[in-house]
Amino acid sequence: MEKFAALIDALVYTRSRNEKLRLIAEYLRATPDPDRGWALAALSDGLDFPAVKSSTIRNLLKDRVDPVLWTLSRDFVGDTAETASLLWPAPDTPPAPPSVSEAVEILNAMNRKTVVTELPKLLDRLDSSGRYALLKFATGGMRIGVSSRLAKTAFAQAFEVSVDDVEEYWHGLTPPYAELFAWAAEGDAPPDIENLPTFRPFMLAHPLEEAVVDLADYAAEWKWDGIRVQLVRAGGETRLFSRSGDDISATFPEFLGILPMNAVVDGELLVRGNTQGGEAGGAASFNALQQRLGRKTVSNKMLKDYPAFIRLYDVLLLEGEDMRPRPWTERRGQLEALASRLPDSHFDISSVVEATDFKHLSRIREGSRDDAIEGLMLKRRDSPYIAGRRVGYWYKWKRDPLLVDCVLMYAQRGSGKRSSFFSDYTFGCWDGDPDQGADLLPVGKAYSGFTDEELKKLDRHVRSNTVNRFGPVRETDKSLVFEVAFDSVHESKRHKSGLAMRFPRIHRIRWDKPPHEADRIEALRALIAG
Amino acid sequence: MAAPFSWIKPEPHGIYVEPADCWVDPSRAVGQALVTHGHADHARGGHGQTVATPETLAIMDLRYNTRAGATPVEYGETIRLKGGVDATYIPAGHVLGSAQILLEHAGERVIVTGDYKRRADPTCPPFEVTACDIFITEATFGLPVFCHPPIKEEMTKLLDRLAAHPDRCVLVGAYALGKAQRVIAELRAAGHTQPIYLHGAMEKMCRLYEEHGVDLGELRLVMDYSKEDIRGHIVICPPSALNDRWSRRLPDPVTAMASGWMRVRQRARQRNVELPLVISDHADWGELTRTIEEVDAQENWITHGREDALLRWCQLHQRRARALALVGYEDEDD
Repeated sequence: MEKFAALIDALVYTRSRNEKLRLIAEYLRATPDPDRGWALAALSDGLDFPAVKSSTIRNLLKDRVDPVLWTLSRDFVGDTAETASLLWPAPDTPPAPPSVSEAVEILNAMNRKTVVTELPKLLDRLDSSGRYALLKFATGGMRIGVSSRLAKTAFAQAFEVSVDDVEEYWHGLTPPYAELFAWAAEGDAPPDIENLPTFRPFMLAHPLEEAVVDLADYAAEWKWDGIRVQLVRAGGETRLFSRSGDDISATFPEFLGILPMNAVVDGELLVRGNTQGGEAGGAASFNALQQRLGRKTVSNKMLKDYPAFIRLYDVLLLEGEDMRPRPWTERRGQLEALASRLPDSHFDISSVVEATDFKHLSRIREGSRDDAIEGLMLKRRDSPYIAGRRVGYWYKWKRDPLLVDCVLMYAQRGSGKRSSFFSDYTFGCWDGDPDQGADLLPVGKAYSGFTDEELKKLDRHVRSNTVNRFGPVRETDKSLVFEVAFDSVHESKRHKSGLAMRFPRIHRIRWDKPPHEADRIEALRALIAG
Repeated sequence: MAAPFSWIKPEPHGIYVEPADCWVDPSRAVGQALVTHGHADHARGGHGQTVATPETLAIMDLRYNTRAGATPVEYGETIRLKGGVDATYIPAGHVLGSAQILLEHAGERVIVTGDYKRRADPTCPPFEVTACDIFITEATFGLPVFCHPPIKEEMTKLLDRLAAHPDRCVLVGAYALGKAQRVIAELRAAGHTQPIYLHGAMEKMCRLYEEHGVDLGELRLVMDYSKEDIRGHIVICPPSALNDRWSRRLPDPVTAMASGWMRVRQRARQRNVELPLVISDHADWGELTRTIEEVDAQENWITHGREDALLRWCQLHQRRARALALVGYEDEDD
């Protein structure tokens, strides 16, 4: 655990990507199995020990330090694990740190009851850095500026293998990744995932900034507003994965057993309706899909009221053949043939948007506003299907965002890099004429869209204009106007205003604008899609 | 007879001593100011009269040319102000010249600490615990997560990193008044006899410390030397210069920062610091609470910093306390 803790500390304080790669690679080469496998898991996808939750740690600490002092400390530090590692009362005995795999074993053996006695014993064996590493490790995401991709790249670099191969095998394997190390470090045969229903990394798109593309080289499709999914059948099993590779099969049981052949397909998960693209579009708003998301079990009523289907975008594997190296045009042909073999009740195909030239396409895109579609996708006709975001192949061409002027109402401190800064903002619109005594009602929350310099100024604004404190939340004097950009707005019970924005972000900070000139709720309501 | 302590008034811009018509550490220009120490958020220019230790006056003079209207008071010395108020300056252990100010009037004793610490510091005399009725304390590091490690450990970290990178240099961001000189003096105490390189902005303050008898060893200005000369050496600069273009003239610097905030990893990351050195000239949580216990005043007033937590601690330990809403004090780069 000391070496792992030292690695974590070094990573926290390292800026350079190359240096991070070097540090992780060096650790992976120098550390024996299975410690290095657990470490790799912790750095990439994170480990899950069901008995250890953030709330477990919080409760352990509240038994040891005053709850108010704990809350104030946690609020300032911005990270539960770090706060706990700093506040943990050091025992009189010298540290006797466990190895990483011993820690994994002990954590795995804990249940909700024993965690209360066993976790403290483990913490008592560690120093402050060790406690930090252990708690980060035990509660999942490390959040130390190392992405899953970076960890895999470091692995590839450590053993001189291709990172694309690592990505390909990754989802078929589980920590501590013995087969992966055997292949990369010992030269054993690569892991066999052909008969496993595993997730394959998605091909992603870059935003189309100012560029113009030639439609002879690029095909256009609508960018539907659902969630990107991958449906996989292999080894007699079917699974549905979300964009991040999470298995969401249980939430959408209607797709289990629906594929008549072994295949991996890419598409948009939508609910039947007529909001997106009108009658012809056949899809309801994202809001309707949201009723289905995140459920562990699904009632028959849900299945009936919100019938889901997949709008197919691409095919990755088909009946044992890897289609990914082939050009998009060829895969599109295969996809059309495949779609005709699938039930209409659960599938359709994302149609290609026909346009004579880019200007024409541009007009079509502008007309899509009423259709609640996010915009257009542009796919190079000769592009292979490549994991990740590769420049020049696929572009997303979103509609210009909607804008509305809101007033800052509440602020909360951020976490991670923004710990201690008030960086999460709740803003509102007027429910009538502010000069006639109307109130502000919250309409959304945003955490992004401003620079580090602006963040410092906003933080100062919040600190010097606080009128009320509710735990970690500061209420401000409602003197600052944000121009908020968002993709769409929907009815919602979550906010008192009855409205919720999608992807709100701070577009501009209007230091100059008096708050009573901000927009009213009606203005926002008028922008409801569909 | 006036109500107890009605002669001392915490106002947003400082602590007002009514019978003497003067202010302690006012954040705007006033007729007469009693100044605890030379940091900019406590010592501002433009007062009609400034009462402070000779060292603090020298620091203020360097920054604002405040020779006119300066009244020096030595440690332990008491001066009589208007309206029957006595002021005594007592070492606070924060930086050169820093003092707690004991105010006495009508048999009542009030101490304003300014900033202070309880650790040994080779550049200034140690904090003296003094009995009083009202203790007005700072709370910069007033959260239980703040526990400054022994400075020797931090010096070892710094010197180890220097030895590990003979081709680079270690650039230490340190507050120009106090922290920089303390770090240099502690490096000397740790046996580091090599020349130490300075950012131009540090020079005058270091000279001032030397004139007041603090030995800092051989100091060189970065601008007078080449990249090659600086390889394998320690360079000290103000925190604002750490990520500035200025540092490009240095040989691949390891970025370090000497500050109590470095105890929190994310704070160090926000400053792009590779080598955090937890060194502070303020009292940490343990020192703050211990000082409140030792001074054992009837009432504690808490000025700037994390006043909520210290207030809570006082409440838990049955000590009377209140937070003052003073403006203009900042979390300096300490």
